[in-house]
Amino acid sequence: MNTKQLCHHLNPFAQCTKYHLTLWQCPSFLFPLTGLVTITAMISTYLIAIKYTQPEIVALIVIAVTTILITLGYLVIRGFEQLAQANQMKTEFVSIASHQLRTPLTGIKWMIDLVMQQQTKSLTEDQLETFKSIRENNQRMINLVNDLLDLSRLEQGRFVFKPETIYLDKLLKELLKEYTQLAKASNTKISLELETDIPPITQDKRGLGLVLHNLIDNAIRYTKEQGQVKIKLLSKGNLIRCEVKDNGVGIPAEDQKKIFQKFFRSRNVLKYQTEGTGLGLFITKSIIKASKGKMGFWSKEGQGSTFWFEIPIK
Amino acid sequence: MKTILFIEDEPTLQKAVGRFLEKEGYDVKIALDGESGLAMINKIKPSLVLLDLILPKKDGFEVLAELKQNPETANIPVIVLTNLEGSDDVEKALSLGATTYLVKANYDLNEVVQRIRETLK
Repeated sequence: MNTKQLCHHLNPFAQCTKYHLTLWQCPSFLFPLTGLVTITAMISTYLIAIKYTQPEIVALIVIAVTTILITLGYLVIRGFEQLAQANQMKTEFVSIASHQLRTPLTGIKWMIDLVMQQQTKSLTEDQLETFKSIRENNQRMINLVNDLLDLSRLEQGRFVFKPETIYLDKLLKELLKEYTQLAKASNTKISLELETDIPPITQDKRGLGLVLHNLIDNAIRYTKEQGQVKIKLLSKGNLIRCEVKDNGVGIPAEDQKKIFQKFFRSRNVLKYQTEGTGLGLFITKSIIKASKGKMGFWSKEGQGSTFWFEIPIK
Repeated sequence: MKTILFIEDEPTLQKAVGRFLEKEGYDVKIALDGESGLAMINKIKPSLVLLDLILPKKDGFEVLAELKQNPETANIPVIVLTNLEGSDDVEKALSLGATTYLVKANYDLNEVVQRIRETLK
């Protein structure tokens, strides 16, 4: 942190405005004030006690100072309570909103399924295309809701990590079966290379599944026709390393430092009209970090990207 | 013909699932809340129950618990079909005896039918 950032961080007034709190609700202001009052009180008590030696004076000063400190303490607690309440509401809101949103989204999804099942023969080519487009857009909304829910759980520390024994090579092989259709549609070849024997690891299965889904999804989506996606798995001491390499559109150099940020989408992505929420990599990195692992990538625009992560076996 | 009871309070979903399953060759019965759902289970003893968790009058967990506690209905397989996704909810439903837990928004109807077929085998 440079000096400017440090000053901003320490400036209580900036902190208070950031959280939309008045000064008297803002713990960042109240704490330093409490400290200041304590120091002033001690100095004044000393100066007064030199002049007036009656014990009543000193007692009065102590009572006055204590009253001020208790009042400030109360305001600090109230300030924190408000922040905690707002935080709690945010968790509940995301949780309720996602559930409520999922209901009509499911309704649309299943109604389209019904139309496709019942009317395929009587629909024109155009009408079928229209329904497919509605279904795709609906699925995008569902994906966004799922991502927001995962994101909110990760941020609130409520993403429950349940370590279990996982055979990564088996998990990947199963996942690749899911992706064969998508890969075929975009004419992309996916291959899995196991460089060494892969020992079973103890990690959270759902989290790891999300990470792999996300990386493979990205690799396929950002690879043009006739592309190749290579997945490499190897064990390195007490770590397992997984690499997902594609020869797709790559990430422009100036966007690379922002690629893990929330909602960030690289500008060359719009050229290829791919939809995405911009949350995938942020969520992926958070899960790897929480699994005590590391994540990184190499990329060159026009040549492709290799995303890798390393996680401890236990 | 196998009978499937779908316990769900959302009209759109009742319609979509009901008609879809009928076309797939099942006899479909719908219940709008937990209480009438349980009553129907006891009355018609369906081959399978599709159960939502958030329901008026009695929620899905209570329905599941009571269904499994009654020896006459305990063997009826239950597929939980809900938009709740918390791991506590999943654990609770599976420990109460649900065969499968599906998050509605993540499955299309063909996949749901596949699960039904696998369960009924």
